Amino acid sequence: MTNIVEFHNVRKSYGAIEVLKGISLSVPKGGVTALIGRSGSGKSTALRCVNGLESIQAGELHVCGRRLHENGVKLRELRKDVGIVFQSYNLFPHKTVEENITLSPRLTRGFSRSQAREIAQRVLAQVGLSEKASSYPEQLSGGQQQRVAIARSLAMEPELMLFDEVTSALDPELTGEVLRTIEALAKQGMTMILVTHEMAFAKRVANQIVFMHQGVVWETGDGKMLDAPQTPELRNFIGNGL
Amino acid sequence: MLETLEERRTLGYEFDFSFIWDFWPELAWGAVETVLLSASSIILGFVAGASLAVARVHGSRIVSTIATFYVEAIRNTPLVVQAFWLFFGLAAMGFRLPAFHAAIITLVINVSAYTAEIIRAGMESIPKGQFEAADCLALSRWQVLFHVELPQAVERVYPALISQFVLMMLASSIMSQISVEELTGAAYGIQSITFRGFEIYIVVAVIYLALSVLMRFAMELVAQLAFTRRRRLGTPL
Amino acid sequence: MGMSVTLAHYILMLQGMLWTIALSLMGFVGGTIVGLPVAVGRISQSKLLRRALALYIAVIQGIPLPILMFLCYFGISVAGFNVPALVAAGVAMTAYSSAYLAEIWRGSLQSVPKAQWEAAECLALTRLQRMVHVILPQAVKISIPPTIGFLVQIVKNTSYAVVIGFAELTYTARLINNSTFKPFIVFSVAAVLYFAVCYPLSHYSRRLERKLKRA
Repeated sequence: MTNIVEFHNVRKSYGAIEVLKGISLSVPKGGVTALIGRSGSGKSTALRCVNGLESIQAGELHVCGRRLHENGVKLRELRKDVGIVFQSYNLFPHKTVEENITLSPRLTRGFSRSQAREIAQRVLAQVGLSEKASSYPEQLSGGQQQRVAIARSLAMEPELMLFDEVTSALDPELTGEVLRTIEALAKQGMTMILVTHEMAFAKRVANQIVFMHQGVVWETGDGKMLDAPQTPELRNFIGNGL
Repeated sequence: MLETLEERRTLGYEFDFSFIWDFWPELAWGAVETVLLSASSIILGFVAGASLAVARVHGSRIVSTIATFYVEAIRNTPLVVQAFWLFFGLAAMGFRLPAFHAAIITLVINVSAYTAEIIRAGMESIPKGQFEAADCLALSRWQVLFHVELPQAVERVYPALISQFVLMMLASSIMSQISVEELTGAAYGIQSITFRGFEIYIVVAVIYLALSVLMRFAMELVAQLAFTRRRRLGTPL
Repeated sequence: MGMSVTLAHYILMLQGMLWTIALSLMGFVGGTIVGLPVAVGRISQSKLLRRALALYIAVIQGIPLPILMFLCYFGISVAGFNVPALVAAGVAMTAYSSAYLAEIWRGSLQSVPKAQWEAAECLALTRLQRMVHVILPQAVKISIPPTIGFLVQIVKNTSYAVVIGFAELTYTARLINNSTFKPFIVFSVAAVLYFAVCYPLSHYSRRLERKLKRA
């Protein structure tokens, strides 16, 4: 089984401050990995290294067959294969939902207007928002906007999807619809890495959970790890959460 | 006909607007010239200003610095001096440029500097997340500029742009000093024939007011056409 | 052709610059004296007053300054007085500045957080006392950067007095060019003189604005 993502002893610093202190982990094709941990543990930074939003200073990072630790990686090409959804959705406010989704396929993959529209309709159906194609982001709820953001990434037909705390900015009653959408994607076999605080969700959906603490991978395992934490740090972390 | 000042103080001034009957073609033509002058300068000035703003925000150190010097030099010197410098300068070098063209060049250079500042502020007010998202959708830098950055920046600062362009239309009045036959020039000509300066400039002031209102209306219309989101939702970005 | 630009010419231009500064100060002081009451009147309870002042501002902002200069020049003559161009230009600059300054200051007054207005009301102060002790000091602080920015506009716009023959810097430069035919030198010097006054003011205004934002 090929690994879509492989971290080997990756180190990353912001100036003098080292944020990732030699982390190693892998995500196989079709795998769902949840990164959990406190703020400042490095989990978001690790995620952002995967699609090149952050650079690494040491170690090896393989993503979709590319070596991100070397110079000359074509990030634009990489980002056609790696999609990302942000905490603040970042939809383009001056474009409709459909225009948000069709923009990149038309510009970067050369699809015609009608071809792109078909793609948009397909992914909107996947996230359950077919009727909102002509709406503007400001007319949608937070949960709907986040699902549109997911659809926008899906339209690029990525091999790997990254989710950066995508429900943290939502009201509790809206997180459910987004989590259900992500779970459906996982069942369809999408490889994904999620940074999340939703422990119950991680336990149910992820087949690998990575607990990070102070820039280091502290514990890894599957859902059962959360029931039986080995280290006091993880015990404290979960104790506070659940 | 020409009362003494004493007579005016005691008897009052006799207003005489009859020149309008005789000279309305000159006034109308002057207004048309003003509109043509302004419209051309707005379109060219907008493009030039947007390019300058992009140069300042995204250009290399050298390009950005040059653009900054240009903008600061233009914004801190009067339009009149710029017009004289260009017009008399070109004449002294032997270029036989029509006054109308010299006026457009001056206005474009002038308004582009102010437009650049306004659009630059708009560009810098866009949340950084927009650029991250656009980059992560594999868009190239130019694609991000044209499809994500500039449309949002221009829509955000559109009211300021409208005000700036109306100001420029009013400022075009000074081009009469370099013998452009726009509205103020027409007024000056009529005044030197009829000696009814006060009445003439009252009429011309009213015409400029009307032009200001019409210009705002026209630019609002353009906004409705260009910014489909605004047309449909009616809210600012 | 034409004579060369001599030291006497440069001195003339400096004199013109002094008149430019004089006219600018006239415009600013006059604009303040007229504009401050207009600004306060714009937020008064009386709808009629608000509308009337809004009309005044809209008219001044909707006509070119050269036209305003002509109107003042011919208008004073119509009233039966013979005045030098300086007075006509001064009146025009006063009217012009009063409209723009009034809008800037009205904006500053309205930028004072609503909570301050309410707090002042709760202290049982009269409307005048509220204005003077609570609102105005804060509004003044907010208004300083844009006011200095507008001072730059005033200095540049005194150049429009060229149309009524007032011997400020631009008019003087044009006169000199008419006899020397050295436009690039003459108007560049004029530009540099304007820049020397305007740029420091612009820069200062921006710095103040940044400081205010951080506070």
